[in-house]
Amino acid sequence: MLVVHCPVCGAEGDETDFHGGGQAHVRRPATHDPANVSDEAQRDYLFIRHNPKGLHFERWRCDRGCGKWFHAARDTVTMEFKAFYGISELPPREVMEQATGEWATYFKDRLKAEAKS
Amino acid sequence: MKSRYSIFSLARNAMNYHKDWERAWRSPQPKAEYDAVIVGAGGHGLATAYYLAKNHKMTNIAILEKGWLGGGNTGRNTTIIRSNYLQDSSIAIYELARSLYEGLSQELNYNVMFSPRGVLMLCQTEHELRAFKRTAHANRLAGLDCRMVSPAEVKEIVPIINDDSNCRYPVLGAYYQPRGGTARHDAVAWGYARGADALGVDIIQNCEVTGITREGGKVVGLETSRGSIKTKKVGVVTAGNVSTLMQTAGVRMPIESLCLQALVSEPIKPVIDCVVMANTVHGYISQSDKGELVIGGGTDPYNNYSQRGSFPSLEHTVTALVETFPIISRLRMLRMWGGIVDMTGDRSPIISKTDVEGLYVNCGWGTGGFKAIPGSGYVFADTIAHDRPHAIAEPFGLNRFAEGRLIDESVAAAVAH
Repeated sequence: MLVVHCPVCGAEGDETDFHGGGQAHVRRPATHDPANVSDEAQRDYLFIRHNPKGLHFERWRCDRGCGKWFHAARDTVTMEFKAFYGISELPPREVMEQATGEWATYFKDRLKAEAKS
Repeated sequence: MKSRYSIFSLARNAMNYHKDWERAWRSPQPKAEYDAVIVGAGGHGLATAYYLAKNHKMTNIAILEKGWLGGGNTGRNTTIIRSNYLQDSSIAIYELARSLYEGLSQELNYNVMFSPRGVLMLCQTEHELRAFKRTAHANRLAGLDCRMVSPAEVKEIVPIINDDSNCRYPVLGAYYQPRGGTARHDAVAWGYARGADALGVDIIQNCEVTGITREGGKVVGLETSRGSIKTKKVGVVTAGNVSTLMQTAGVRMPIESLCLQALVSEPIKPVIDCVVMANTVHGYISQSDKGELVIGGGTDPYNNYSQRGSFPSLEHTVTALVETFPIISRLRMLRMWGGIVDMTGDRSPIISKTDVEGLYVNCGWGTGGFKAIPGSGYVFADTIAHDRPHAIAEPFGLNRFAEGRLIDESVAAAVAH
């Protein structure tokens, strides 16, 4: 049983009070470049998923509290939550640094992009 | 050549107090090179190796398993076999599998205890009744022997069912596949293992594949916990662990790994002689030959690699079944366990070549792979041997996700996901 903490309203409850919403930080290609969406980009958006054995980043919804969506970092082997953070935020830096594989690449790119802008 | 199992060999060995049975399969050291390597000795992997050797005469092959054979989802499912899916492509592969199950004990000379006891899928809302009528029509067109049955007939087939029409989810009818049923899951794995071994396949257990080695666009070998193995053809059949392994070859998968749990009760006298699936309330049940009620439900709703599920899912399943079968309310549960299932977006499997030459993948069976083992192995072996998809496997290619050609079974699957 997971104990989830909502970073928006502060509610804490078990997993039945919340709703898991799958992989976090999925970007819809049409939002950024509607005229130029390849079949492969649309496939990646709809179906291809990071599926790491270890640290994973997900969306959750505070079903029986404030109703808001938020993000969580969780280990898929130990089931331990590492962080809860807002729906428009990136994870805390120390958690991002623990990310491996596809997630590590993703956060590196995001941080680079943010440093530029 | 292995000696055949028969009533005579049983009697002969009984004379020696069963001390002289030969081992059902060898335990060879891995060779440096094979013509093809299958990763994952579950039912699908073992069946693939068996049909590669038998139908395609590829006998210089190995099957690598990180734990013990049949120890993953093959040994963790609820052993239900049926083929009454909605889409034509699904019907083709699941019916191939179901029909192969009918002759499997004879084919393998190993009793897989296939028991076509009938599978009854309950309709507990008007919507579900309509949806199953649609499936029934689709199945009739495909020539499957299935039919809708009335609430009265359901009660006749399963006398312990709650036929109160005033409960929250009354039984409004059911969709019945009398040729569906169950088989002994371990025996399916062991039978294929023994068959493949007899044809010369090396089954190597306790050998974890840590990486797929590519040179350019081609597979050249595997890194394993017992050294490197060279091969030009690799078939990945690793269910919940498919994403992480395929990533080592640079292939990203449309898969999420979730935990699916099952449990068994203490053994009781026979109370139910078919399989009952209650999709609306999320539970299915059958009775094993030992008398235990075998119970399964839906997946946990988040990614998990731990083979341990969460309690709310189990509670949900058991609550539903107690309402449907009130007499089981005082049964104690003996064991529960979890398996890591590989879910695709359309709830249909992936049997496919990949962009990497010599790399093939068979996964995505999600919550319903056991029923498909013989068919899956049959068409996947053909796909690997000829380096092109078998006609029945073709619709299940990875390319369907980019082409938008989904095989949507999320509404027809046994239990809503």
